[in-house]
Amino acid sequence: MDCRGSFCPGPITELFKAYRSAQLGDVIELWATDPAAKADIAAWAQKSGNELQNVSEEQGYVRILVKVTKKRS
Amino acid sequence: MAQMSQMRTEEKGEQTSRLLIILSKGTMDMVYPALMIATTGATMGKEVHMFFTFWGLDAVNKKKVNSMKVAAVGNPGMPMPNILGMIPGMTAMATRMMEGKMAKAKVPSIPEMFRMAKDLGVKLHACSTTMEVMGTPKDDLIREVDDVVGAATMLSLGEGGQIIFI
Repeated sequence: MDCRGSFCPGPITELFKAYRSAQLGDVIELWATDPAAKADIAAWAQKSGNELQNVSEEQGYVRILVKVTKKRS
Repeated sequence: MAQMSQMRTEEKGEQTSRLLIILSKGTMDMVYPALMIATTGATMGKEVHMFFTFWGLDAVNKKKVNSMKVAAVGNPGMPMPNILGMIPGMTAMATRMMEGKMAKAKVPSIPEMFRMAKDLGVKLHACSTTMEVMGTPKDDLIREVDDVVGAATMLSLGEGGQIIFI
């Protein structure tokens, strides 16, 4: 998901849309330029019981991988 | 120790906590934060309620939701001497500027944010007293509004959760 240029709550709501249609075990890849995205997505993952798999700094944006380890009914 | 924090993390993930946002203001700079917190809370698994009272009711008024404004007077954050805010057209200008900046940050419009909130399961409650005082019939409310309630219902919805007053 390319959320570059989108600010809070954009990246989180986009991530959540992908999460809703994802299956257990899927990995969601999100690109963001919002400086708050890293911490916000980490907080979301912790709160929702999903796994923040990897965060890497790319050129001018951050690449975040979230593994779906828990689905809410 | 590590085990304990692990346990706490798991607990946090399990519990469904509540969030009640009481919106009493009807300007763009008040409505946006309320909706941002509400939608984010919903994605984090919180049970989210929004209560619209006084000017906050304008945010769910069909006739006003599409034209939320930023106040140019009495707003010390404006980048100009406050008295200039009284010049006709200043509020419209400040509003256009803010809308432009919001669009640039890809923040959805207020009506879109309401649709999103609704889709995420946020519950919207209108204040009955405000409707009477302001003369707003139920038909004037946007269809996303769940019900018309009073303070007792509102407080019981927020019981045991976080309450934010805007």
